[in-house]
Amino acid sequence: MAITVPRPNLNWRERLYLPAIVAGLAITFKHFKNMIFGRTKVTMEYPEQKWDANLPEHYRGAPALVRDADGRVRCVACQLCEFICPPRAIKMVPGELPRTDRFAKVEKFPEEFDIDMVRCIFCGLCEEVCPEQAIFLRKDYAITGFTREDMVHRKDKLLEIGGVMHGVVLKWNEKK
Amino acid sequence: MDTFFVTTSLLKILGILFLVILPMVSYAVYAERRVSAFMQDRLGPNRVGPAGLFQPVADVAKLLLKESFSPANVNTFYYWLAPCLALIPALITIAVVPFGSTLFGVPMVIADVNVGILYVFAVASLGVYGIVLAGWASNSKYPFLGGVRSSSQMISYELSLGLAVIPVFLVVGNLRLTSVVRYQIEHGWFIAPFIGDWTNIGKWLLTIPMFISFVVFMIAVFAETNRLPFDLPEAEQELAGGYHTEYAGMKFALFFLGEYAAMISGSALVVTLFFGGWHFPGIPDGAHGWVFGLINIALFFAKVAIVIFIFMWVRWTLPRFRFDQLMRLGWLFFFEIALVNIFVVAGIMAFLPT
Repeated sequence: MAITVPRPNLNWRERLYLPAIVAGLAITFKHFKNMIFGRTKVTMEYPEQKWDANLPEHYRGAPALVRDADGRVRCVACQLCEFICPPRAIKMVPGELPRTDRFAKVEKFPEEFDIDMVRCIFCGLCEEVCPEQAIFLRKDYAITGFTREDMVHRKDKLLEIGGVMHGVVLKWNEKK
Repeated sequence: MDTFFVTTSLLKILGILFLVILPMVSYAVYAERRVSAFMQDRLGPNRVGPAGLFQPVADVAKLLLKESFSPANVNTFYYWLAPCLALIPALITIAVVPFGSTLFGVPMVIADVNVGILYVFAVASLGVYGIVLAGWASNSKYPFLGGVRSSSQMISYELSLGLAVIPVFLVVGNLRLTSVVRYQIEHGWFIAPFIGDWTNIGKWLLTIPMFISFVVFMIAVFAETNRLPFDLPEAEQELAGGYHTEYAGMKFALFFLGEYAAMISGSALVVTLFFGGWHFPGIPDGAHGWVFGLINIALFFAKVAIVIFIFMWVRWTLPRFRFDQLMRLGWLFFFEIALVNIFVVAGIMAFLPT
């Protein structure tokens, strides 16, 4: 079924188009003038101005490992995050803690812990799955590198981003 | 042909080309991007250097270093010739335009030929060859359509362009562009004749057809330089870039520079014909010292810059015409208006001697 679009009948003044053209020119010039005098609010100029202060509480940035108050890496190399990671960005080589170690009770620690930030989709499943509260999504979002190699965050880099986490594991405490 | 004439001419050509026109072309590109951004509440290029002022340098470096790629089935000779043909006519139009009074007694016009405006039209219409050849030699549908559109558009608007300036030369009585400027110095600009015998009624009556002339000429220049609202040869949305779709690197840049050079020479013509060229009331010419000579040159290019701003302003305000609208506008309105205008001016001149 054809729909006939009603066309307005223009009077001679409208058919000249000149008033419309002049009005259009006036509008663009108004915008130009406002911009010149700095009265227009323009977009944020990113590298100079950042949105960091206004990031929401639940913002999911780069994942990072944390140490506890004693300086031990909280990760116990259970490999749940490696297993859950949808894009398989996490690679981990677990190692065994020697019996003499102060924290020998936890048995395992990650010898290597790589997160490939090219693959990471910032979904936060690793944080959610971690039973030890060892991996967190921080608010870092500007992750850059010149090569693919640069984009792999090694263990030391992850710990540097993560910092120290205080307190005991209280992940499911509120659910108990 | 004495050595003095040859040396000064060479100096003028090199100076005007490399110190004024080419920098102006590259900065017109920058200005276009900034002005368009400002009109759309954006910032535009502001990263390279203070306020992005070195952006043209970066652009040129990028375009020069790009691979000069040409597609497989192009007609190589014409494919290479077309960008040159697009740029050169735009640049050599400047030759007859007086861009200043005198500097150390040397008239600031490269070639003060007595066919002035005819030379301009002859050369400016060569510009269409660059586009048509590019469209044809690319051996591709979209550039071909762009080239065909361009030729029909340019031929249609060439008429109004030529007819619109006839009133000016009716009044001046001479095709030389320097005499147009001299007439305007003595009798006032054609648009605003406040100088000389400004109480003369006939002269003020003449400004009405002169203004119509100016508007028609300006619009025809828009069409001649393929600027929006008449940029049908390169309509991105319809023709994927039009005649320069198949071009890359410096060859594409030549088309781009050609468009802006044509815009500058068109603005220079508008300024010369209707806004008194390098003249400004109260500022003496170069015979009173070289400082005034320089000021005259600066004034001319300041006026050109204002006209270029108007070009950009219109470009970022109006949408593109449909092709039949464009043709109708050219043949049924501007052609007639320009034609009638000539008779009006002739009538005024016959009955009200100025």
